[in-house]
Amino acid sequence: MRIAVIGCGAVGSLFAANLGTLDDVEVWAYDPWQEHVDAINANGLRLSGAGDVVGKVHATADPAALPPAELGIVATKSQHTSEALAATAHAFEHGAVCSVQNGAGNEELVAEHVRQVIRGTTFPAGHVIERGHVGWDTKGDTHIGPFEPSPAPMAAVEALAAACTRAGMPTHALADARGAQWRKLIFNAASNAIAALTGRTHGQVAEPPTRELAWAVMAEGRAVADAQGITLDMSPEELFDHAARRDVAYGHKPSMLQDVEAGRETEIDFLNGAIVAFGERYGVDAPLNRALTELIKGKESA
Amino acid sequence: MAIQRVCVVGGGVIGSLYAGHLARDVEVSVLTRRPEHAAALSADGLRISGKSDFTARVHATADAADLPDFDLGIIATKATQLEAAAAGLDGRFPGATLMTIQNGLGAEELVRGHGDWPLLSAVTFMSGVRHADTHVEYELDTETWLGPFAGTATYDQAQEVEALLAASGLHARAFPDLRPAQWSKLIFNATVNTVAALTDLPHVGAFAARTQDADLGHLVHDLMDEGKAVAAAVGVELHEDPWEMNVHAVRRGETLAAEGHYAHVPSMLEDVRGGRPTEIDFITGALVGEAARHGVPVPLHTAMYRLVKARESA
Repeated sequence: MRIAVIGCGAVGSLFAANLGTLDDVEVWAYDPWQEHVDAINANGLRLSGAGDVVGKVHATADPAALPPAELGIVATKSQHTSEALAATAHAFEHGAVCSVQNGAGNEELVAEHVRQVIRGTTFPAGHVIERGHVGWDTKGDTHIGPFEPSPAPMAAVEALAAACTRAGMPTHALADARGAQWRKLIFNAASNAIAALTGRTHGQVAEPPTRELAWAVMAEGRAVADAQGITLDMSPEELFDHAARRDVAYGHKPSMLQDVEAGRETEIDFLNGAIVAFGERYGVDAPLNRALTELIKGKESA
Repeated sequence: MAIQRVCVVGGGVIGSLYAGHLARDVEVSVLTRRPEHAAALSADGLRISGKSDFTARVHATADAADLPDFDLGIIATKATQLEAAAAGLDGRFPGATLMTIQNGLGAEELVRGHGDWPLLSAVTFMSGVRHADTHVEYELDTETWLGPFAGTATYDQAQEVEALLAASGLHARAFPDLRPAQWSKLIFNATVNTVAALTDLPHVGAFAARTQDADLGHLVHDLMDEGKAVAAAVGVELHEDPWEMNVHAVRRGETLAAEGHYAHVPSMLEDVRGGRPTEIDFITGALVGEAARHGVPVPLHTAMYRLVKARESA
């Protein structure tokens, strides 16, 4: 079986390197960073931290070089999804492609280029240490399921879940993965945008004076999920408090805060912006998420 | 009452603009926070450049006990330093009229807690740039609006101060009731200052842009609508529509930018950049407090209040 990972940053590398330890899976990775690609091809893709792994991965910075694959995993930043899929869709003419990106709205973009699409949400996190080497910060589960408007067959979903799980990335194949995705989206939208605007860590966001705001932002997200008939698989509020514990992730700087500190574009359109957009589609107003979206976009332009 | 002696409390940009201009006509004393600032002013005088150009002699001190008697006191500290400044005047200068110029609401009541002087409420739209302790550039030569506070001073007194300011080269306008103007500025400030402090944007065109879905102008407009609902519940008819003030200020800023000037950096953004406490409690905090008192929901201003408070302490 051949699996191609599109976007081999931190999260993409966690999948690619772990899958690259399996004898019966041929792993390819597309990433525009040429030095990273060269290092992976020369020495394998290395993970350290929560797990020490060196995976065999065929990496390329040339999307045309990707061979046809049965399965794909998209792990680019959300704002690069369309561009990356336009360049790599040829490899998935007969394959199924799974987004493991943040937020909501990525599968819709994947489906513009690929017929069989899998909805996904992943918890594990990492950071790039140097070319060919990624730090594995957090282990955790991944939930995947057919993307309803353009679904991959359940057999493909199960095949991907089985391979990832065997490789050390526990992955659950679900008929409906929306509950997992929206639970994480609601959590992330509150934590990321408030942290990015205030400079606070996740644990600090969970404290006054922003705690009530975070809860109000999550309540809007819940209302938008409800309107779509989505049943959340876990309580985002409980996860928020759990992550805020000093022994879990109190001092963690959410990625959007890291992005604004580094002057990079954020994933706001796929987080709070997605809650607003899905809310509009289903007749639910989300004024606080809209305010946060506009403030972050203002900050991006500053 | 002829105003012969003026005391300006607070040696920041606004205080300096009043002190410098008035010192050309009347005796002016200045109360500063830092002794070295007072020493420099007393020794070198106060230079005003930009829209005006002169150097004025002032008598400055950092010790309120050393202040000479005065007829008019202009309290021009930041709202965050008002309590300390008013405490320094506690029970003294019984013949004086005081004028508060702070952003937001509540300055008059706070000063009232330290003496029963006749009070004038004021708001100012002037701005300037501080180049040194003894040099302030006069940037926007817009008006100071003033009026009697809650029957403690008279409209006549307000008009007398208006005439004094005008004679000194500043622009001023007296109102029988300042609240309509004060609330227009409160809503404008609660919106523009907090949006600037959170986005790191100076007051630029984005604040009035409403063409795309996620344009910042939508939020600015929504915040102002919340503020207008509070003003209506309080029973204040606004002097100017804050959204139109915003559009006007942004256009003026773009004209200035085209001439090579920098866009105006609202004071709350300056404070956040400088790691100083902001006036959020006196501006948005006051608005949210009035809203609660009158049962008006203000979810967006409440969110802005919490975000700025969090950013201050981060």
